[in-house]
Order: sequence, then structure tokens, then C-alpha cells
Amino acid sequence: MNRHGFWNDVVKYRAILLMLAPAVLFFLLFAYVPMVGIILAFKQYNYAGGVFGSPWNGLDNIRFFFESGDAWRVTRNTALYNIAFIVINNLLQIFAAILLFEVGGKWFRKITQSVLFLPYFISWVVVGAIAYNLLNYDIGTVNVILKGFGMEPIDIYNTPAYWPYILVIVSAWKGLGYGTVMYLAAITSIDTEMYEAAEIDGANIFQRIMKVTIPNLYPTVIILTLLAVGNIFRGDFGMFYNMIGNNGILFSATDVIDTFVFRSLITSNDIGMSAAAGVYQSVLGFATIMLVNYAVRKHDKDRALF
Amino acid sequence: MSAAEISFDKKVVKSAGMKQMDRLIFAAIGYVSIALLSILCIVPFILIISSSLTEESRIVLEGYKFFPSEFSTEAYKILFKYPDQLIQAYTVTILVTLAGTLVGLFLTAMTAYCLSRRDFKWRNQFSFFFFFTTLFSGGLVPWYLMMVNYLHLKDTPLALIIPLLLNVFYIIVMKSFMSNIPEAIVESAKIDGAGDFLIFMRLILPLAKPALATIGLFLALGYWNDWYNALLFVSSENLMPLQYYLYKMLGNLDGIRKAMAGSGAVATTPLPSEGLKMAMTIVASGPILIAYPFIQKYFVQGLTIGAVKG
Repeated sequence: MNRHGFWNDVVKYRAILLMLAPAVLFFLLFAYVPMVGIILAFKQYNYAGGVFGSPWNGLDNIRFFFESGDAWRVTRNTALYNIAFIVINNLLQIFAAILLFEVGGKWFRKITQSVLFLPYFISWVVVGAIAYNLLNYDIGTVNVILKGFGMEPIDIYNTPAYWPYILVIVSAWKGLGYGTVMYLAAITSIDTEMYEAAEIDGANIFQRIMKVTIPNLYPTVIILTLLAVGNIFRGDFGMFYNMIGNNGILFSATDVIDTFVFRSLITSNDIGMSAAAGVYQSVLGFATIMLVNYAVRKHDKDRALF
Repeated sequence: MSAAEISFDKKVVKSAGMKQMDRLIFAAIGYVSIALLSILCIVPFILIISSSLTEESRIVLEGYKFFPSEFSTEAYKILFKYPDQLIQAYTVTILVTLAGTLVGLFLTAMTAYCLSRRDFKWRNQFSFFFFFTTLFSGGLVPWYLMMVNYLHLKDTPLALIIPLLLNVFYIIVMKSFMSNIPEAIVESAKIDGAGDFLIFMRLILPLAKPALATIGLFLALGYWNDWYNALLFVSSENLMPLQYYLYKMLGNLDGIRKAMAGSGAVATTPLPSEGLKMAMTIVASGPILIAYPFIQKYFVQGLTIGAVKG
């Protein structure tokens, strides 16, 4: 009876099922079937054997990943960079959105918003070109300016200590417009009656921002932060790769899980190591998202992602 | 009584004056901060343009500057003198962007429509099937091997199109847009005997135009700016998209020199390397820089649709 009902439904929804088929096939082929490849993390890969024929080597790949110190270094870098990006980018975007909302005529707002949005539209390769233009030792603009003030030029591409700051600035620069527009939309949707009430109560502009605007942004901030925290172990490969590339001198300060996985696969061709690091990242990421979602669910069911 | 009134009035006047003052201070901070941030966002582009228009010997001697110390269009001239490779890269990017955006948009909309149909019994199960892929994955290696070893997509145009074709986030945004289309429209079409696919094509797609424009532009921007899939899957020079060509050029000008030599340039001529890199950056991002003021409003729309529920 139940089976009968199932096939009846298949017939009933045949058109919809057919329309879903391409996307289902796509995600089966490029997301679900590759999950089987997780076994590669526990294998000594060779090209003759392939995914299924290569011999097992237990936890050797993962053990080596941890014992070499790479695991700790890339995990720490990935998490710390993402935390810095989340905090600084959000604060800057909220700051810019509030200012844009409060000051300026229509034209000032329109033009500056467009200009702030500009970096969002260019590729990370172009960002890499800009970085090269600014930071190059011999001809970079930063050193040109330093020399102009009679100071010694600095060798940025060979000094890891500068890079946490540079990467935070680059991330803030590229994301500023996108985030500002999003927060601006959230501010614009705040009920104007709340502002009028604040006005009648004699609140000045600073009080109005602290007591009306910012509290009303909490839901947006919380959702965006949660999404970002869930992805805290996913490095932005495009940024790190185009800013640093294969410059090993900087890896101590800049290597993240994604660049490590990529290099193991493409540069050193160590399939087992790359797969192990990839699985490690996936499991860590999955656990983080579940944990974050569980915490939010407990606190406020409506805010949970799922 | 009257004294109290007067002092009260004074207070009001004073507080009104304070308020005026606060507003002025705030406006000053606001204008200056926003103007500074805007300058920071645009200055790198000015720097690149200026550098691309500077005489090479001056760059080598003095470095990149905000204004060309000696104006020269030599870098652009060389870039366009032997344009075969450049035209090829542009062609690849344009074709991949067109094909990927059109097919991807159609599939995104069709999938989203199915998931938005409230009478579809398994829509939650299918939604979860798609959503789960954003939570967990097999990592880069298995996916790479699927593309290269099993589907043999290395050095094919499909390797540049497939990876960006469907994105769960876009499906969700599209679905939430389509959920707002009144069900009565679908119902009345059904009574008239229209099938689900016909309803999607004739009724839903035209009604979803704003969302289609937004998601289409997100897709197109993703394809235009893509270099990652070329890095992974392309070694043939004929299949290099624009951004990857720029990437190659920034990293290794010798390769480009050879490519130019192949198309007739004399390999021994010293190229204005530093200026050339900057000129290429402008040529690679030019269309976007010109188009973005006109299309940015669709991205803003997308952000506001998407912000409703991640």
C-alpha cells in the first residue's frame, strides 16, 4: 500500500522530478560521489591503483600531517585570520553604513557607496596586481613614499611579520562595500517611528545611534557572524593565493588549510596528504557549524540556520 | 513661576543648541570618514592606471607613482601589437561567461521553482539534499580527481563552466523570491491544463525577472573573475581565460614573451615589463570597471533578498 503510494506520487510529480533531475545529478556527481573519496585520506595513493585500488595505510597521512607541525600551523592561521576578518570587517562595515545613513545628501551617498563597492567587483588576481604595485621592494609605491621621506625601504615580501596586518587590510578593503550595502539595507528597514520617538525624547544623534540603530542591527549582525563563524576553518583561497602565492618565506604567517591542501595536491602531488588535510578541514568545519547552530537553537530557535 | 519658566526656556534653547552642535560634529566626522574610506577604495586603481601610462625606464628608476613622471602608452601599444593571445583569452572568458551564466541561471531557476512549490511533497527532502553539500564535502582532492580522472575534463571548456554552474546559495535566494509569487497564478494555469514545465517557462520565469537579473549578474561576475578553475584544470594556452592570463603574466613574464614571440614579436626586444603588468591589469578588469556602476544596483537587490534568510 505504502509502496503503491510512493509510485503514485512519483507519477504525480513526474514533471517536477524531471525538472529537478539536472541539479540532483549535478550535486550527486560533484558533491556526494566525491565524499566517497574521503577514503583517500587513509590510503597510499598511486596512479595505477587509483581511488579504490591504492593500498590502505591507516592513519599514516593524518599522523604525518599532525607530526610535521603543519596541521597546527595552518589551523591556527586559518582560525585567527577569520576571527580578525569577522571582527574588523563587521565593525568597519557597520561604522560606514551608519555614517552613510546619517550624513550626506543623495548624491554624496550614491557616489561614495559606488566607490566603496568597487573593490568587490574585481578578481583576486587584480588585487594581487595591486599588491605587487604597492608592496614590491624596488618599485612598489609604499617604498617610493618611504624613500621620499628619506626612510629605508622595507622588504615586505620577505618579512612574515607584516602580513597579518596586510591581509586584514586587504580583506577589509575588498569586503567593505558589500557589507556596508547590506548593513545599510538593514538600517533603512528600521521603523522610522523609532527615530521619531527618539527625537521627541530629546536624544542627540549619538544617543540615537547607540540606542536605536545599533540594537536594531543585532539580528543581522548575529546571523552574519554565525554564518562566518561556521566557516571559520575555511580560508579564502583566492586572497591568500594571489597575495602570497608560492612564497615559502611567508608561510609561517600566511599558510591556511586551503593553501596547504592545494599545494599538497598540485605542487608536491602528495594526494594522500592533501586528502587527509581536506578531510580534517571538512570534519572540523562540519563540527563547528553543528555546534554553532546547536548553541543558537538553544538560545533562540528562530535565529538558527536549520 | 515666571522665573522657572524662563530657566526652563533657557534649558530648551541650550539643549537645542547642543543638539545642533552634536549634529555638526557628527556630520564632520561622517563626511571626513566616508570620504577617506572612498579615497582608499579608489586610490589603488588610480595608481595602476598611472603606472600603466608611465615610461618604463622611469618606473625602474623611480618606482610606481600616482602621476606618470613621463607619460607613455608604450605598454598598451605592445599589448595590442601582438594581440592574438589577448584576444584568445578574451574570447575564452566571454564564451565561458555567456554559456555558464545562461545554463546556470536556467538550472538555478528551474531547481528553485520546484523547491518553491508548496504542493510538492518532497520539497523539504530535496532542499536538504542541496543544503547539506554546503555543510560537508569530501574536500578538494576527491572533487579534483572526479573532474580530471573520471570525467576527463582537464583542458576542456567544461572544466571552466561546470564548477561555477550551480550554487546552493543562489538556489536558496531564487527559491525565497519565487515563494512570494502568488500560488493562485499556478493554480489557475493548472486548471487551464498547463503542465509544470510550461508553467515554469511561461509564467514563473517572466515574473521572476528581478531575481533572474540579480542571480544572473552574480553568476556572470563569478565567471568573469574566475581564475581558480583555470589554475586547476587548464594548461593549454588556447583555453586560458583573461584573469588567469593576467595571473600568469604577473608571475612570469617570460612565458608571455615567448607567446608574443610565437605571434611575431622579437623575443630579444626588452619588454616594458613593469608597465606591461599594470596595463594588462587594466585591460583585464576594464569591462568590469566600466560596467559596474550600471549593474551594481542588481547586486544590492541580491544582498537585500539574500539577507532575509541566509
